[in-house]
Amino acid sequence: MTGSVSPVGQDIPRLEAREKITGRAQYSDDISLPGMLHGAVQQSPYAHAKIISCDVSAALALPGVVAVFTGDDIGYHYIGPFVKDETAIAKGKVRYIGEPVAAVAAVDQPTARRAVALIDIEYEELPAVLSIDEAIADGAPLVHDNFAELVRVFEADHGPNVMSIMQVEDGEIESAWADCDVIVEGEFETQAQCHAYLEPCSAIADIDANGKVTVWSGNQSVFHLQANIAQSLDMPMSKVRCVTPRVGGAFGGKMEQTIQPIVVALTRKAKRPVKLTLSREQDFEMIRSRHPAQVWMKTGAAKDGTLIARQVRILLDSGAYADDSPGVNGICALFCRGPYHIENVSVDARAVYTNKLRAGAFRGFGGPQVAIAGETQIDEIAGKLGLDPIEIRLKNAVRADEEWLGGLKLSQSAMSECLIRVRDDCDWDRRRANAGEENADGKKRSIGIACLPHISGLLTSGAIIRILEDGTAVLNTGAVDNGQGSDTVLVQMCAASLGLEIDQISLATPDTDSSPYNWGTTASRVTYMTGRAVVKAANSAIDQMKQRAAMMMECAAEDLEMRPGGYIGIKGVPDAQVSYRDISGFSHWVAGGPVIGSDSFAYDGENFDPKRGFIKGFPFGKIGAWVFAAQAVEIEIDEATGKITPLEVWSAHDIGKAINPSSVAGQVEGGVVQGIGYALYEEMVWDTGRLANPSLMDYKIPGTLESPPKINTILIEEPDETGPFGAKGIGEPPIVGIAPAIANALAHASGIRLRRLPMAPESVLRALREKTDVG
Amino acid sequence: MSEKIPISLSVNGQTHQAFVRAEDTLLQVLREEFWLTGTKRGCNQGVCGACTVMVDGKIVRGCLTLAANCGGREIGTIEGLETDGALSPVQQAFLDSGAAQCGFCTPGMIMAATALATANEPLSDNQIREGLSGNLCRCSGYIKIIDAVRAVRGGSVPRGSSVPSGGGGA
Repeated sequence: MTGSVSPVGQDIPRLEAREKITGRAQYSDDISLPGMLHGAVQQSPYAHAKIISCDVSAALALPGVVAVFTGDDIGYHYIGPFVKDETAIAKGKVRYIGEPVAAVAAVDQPTARRAVALIDIEYEELPAVLSIDEAIADGAPLVHDNFAELVRVFEADHGPNVMSIMQVEDGEIESAWADCDVIVEGEFETQAQCHAYLEPCSAIADIDANGKVTVWSGNQSVFHLQANIAQSLDMPMSKVRCVTPRVGGAFGGKMEQTIQPIVVALTRKAKRPVKLTLSREQDFEMIRSRHPAQVWMKTGAAKDGTLIARQVRILLDSGAYADDSPGVNGICALFCRGPYHIENVSVDARAVYTNKLRAGAFRGFGGPQVAIAGETQIDEIAGKLGLDPIEIRLKNAVRADEEWLGGLKLSQSAMSECLIRVRDDCDWDRRRANAGEENADGKKRSIGIACLPHISGLLTSGAIIRILEDGTAVLNTGAVDNGQGSDTVLVQMCAASLGLEIDQISLATPDTDSSPYNWGTTASRVTYMTGRAVVKAANSAIDQMKQRAAMMMECAAEDLEMRPGGYIGIKGVPDAQVSYRDISGFSHWVAGGPVIGSDSFAYDGENFDPKRGFIKGFPFGKIGAWVFAAQAVEIEIDEATGKITPLEVWSAHDIGKAINPSSVAGQVEGGVVQGIGYALYEEMVWDTGRLANPSLMDYKIPGTLESPPKINTILIEEPDETGPFGAKGIGEPPIVGIAPAIANALAHASGIRLRRLPMAPESVLRALREKTDVG
Repeated sequence: MSEKIPISLSVNGQTHQAFVRAEDTLLQVLREEFWLTGTKRGCNQGVCGACTVMVDGKIVRGCLTLAANCGGREIGTIEGLETDGALSPVQQAFLDSGAAQCGFCTPGMIMAATALATANEPLSDNQIREGLSGNLCRCSGYIKIIDAVRAVRGGSVPRGSSVPSGGGGA
């Protein structure tokens, strides 16, 4: 055992890589239990309707059917992370086409499917609101007519079909316009994006003799899930245990409950295990999407490019249930200023109910919806002033120790360094100057840039480290790895903190019965937040081992130090040491008790300064551990067809410290390609309330032929003093700047400015024709 | 319920008997009858490629292949790639390149890559991309997957994934 090289900063292969490449990895649908029943779901055919009656007799009469579950089986037990507006299954009303209204558990899948179709539900159709404009029109039908009675866990203004309003006022917006030499203004629209994780939602549950239910399912937080199941089915949380097998991707789509409450309800009625796995079509129709958004933005600057004022109005189409919408809305309102110092900012952001699939968390957390507007306007201002797009961004980039955004002080920022590295690495000046020249095929190349802010510190995390009798350790954090590699990163930090090897750490699977609380694998927070808890839990374990070692060596604990390889020794005396194994044996059998290091904390950064900025309706407490990024995309434009092909991407990230550089690059590459899908063709399309393209055939995600051959990951490692080993988050930022960088490249070469995503060939062609017509 | 059809087929070199319904897919039978759950159901419409398996040495979509038509065929799945506990060259390359993230597309991707890797000539990046174009991945951006296949059957062309700066030891 050498223990001399810290595992932090190394490209350690994924802990679970071998099981994934041999087919042994177990996802929810891979689990079967003895006596297991199969579930099926009936979905609402109406966008908005009253449920008059529900006749399950024919379904129950079908041989092989064991249990049926409908809204009649539950009371109005509402759930929701911000607004409690949703029941385990539709009750009283349906609010979108595809919403689950009835479920069956039967001995096999064909029987379950036949039975669920026999459930006869009588509806009274109601007028529906299918767009933001319809929802906020005077006298519009209300998606939740009892909204005033619903529990909201944060304070914010609201209105008819408007669940939350977030406002930001920094400086004096009205007077600031007079100081601007150039002002740009525009309306932008972004689409619903489907998470399209490769693993459709699946859950399997079992029940014990005392009525306690265990649920295995893909999720991003076993704790959210436990709360959502317990509340929606009126059970004590102590009767619900949530466990996580491998998760086949999530990206925000599995942040709140998916189908688990339905599966638990069926299991409780059947008193047997039940598994339900959605078809891809059902997953599209039933789970959640990225919020479509309408953004009006106005930005003003001085002649020298200094940004002076920005005013923004945001409307988010949140669908039928609030889900994470108030959180996304709040982040839109904060991030729409971009990573820039702007003295005067005014924002009004509203999350709006419509009779469509709920929108929720999705990688980027509101960032992509506002980045297309903000980064477009920076380029437009640069164009009007004759400034280079990177030059104007460098001039306004937020810097460390600066107060910005409601008076928050930034402890660290590498925004400028990200821009400089991208500029140098992509040979920006040359590529930018050559852009627009037609090649032999008549296609044009171009390059564009975009920047973005993000966070990695918010809410709460914990960690428990137990030292086993042989001196190895178990780490338990409750943080779910959705495939991004956080398990490996947390073990790397644990091993480095304890001076042990990677394979001397066992990682516990997230389990609500045994794991410490973790708010969720979301908001790019696990490396930073859970990582901090891991380091502190390791330090606590080391302190305890020092106390035991002090007893063993008859010295003062203060004179002891941790030594790599699993030893505690006397400072300055190389030969005087005891191994973790001996300390642990002593602890377990002689004195002191087993060593259990633990930590839990809530994000402890600065609060908004109420004297500096006015922020109203923000549904989180403290947020921070800001991360910044700059992304350049080189594209090829075929002006004959309107097709845009991304050729190469440079993505520079203010990451603090890369705990596992290869995994970080994996996050960047995957995020960039999701961003390309969002920019160029992914769009969920509704036709009078019905999702028209609920399949991977009709909803295209990028494949190998649509993805750029080269993605350059550039990591700026300026340690954040609050982060574990200086690290901050990386999960979300790589998706955010891709669409605006492509839009800016397109504008530079072809002279057209698209303000609606996706920038599909027909939109590009239409804009080119309009330009020709005008010119 | 439709009558069940007896079939005998070889999976990873072992003969299996099963009674299947006419409408059962090979994917269903592998997963639900033989408990070979490494092959995944991502879309059940032949689009995502997560169910890619070999039938008589050729890759097929498990979800579009009727099990009843597979009698007497040689089926190969992800579970059959190791030899005496040693990873296949493609599996080893996926491990070394960090090509698996959530891992759900990985078995199908490895089967498609294994079929590609039987080519005698080195494959260009474009050929690799063409060969894997029927398999979707939502996590990786494909860079490390292409890197892995190139390591097995590629020429000496630069990697698509840049080495992040500051990636050394602490």
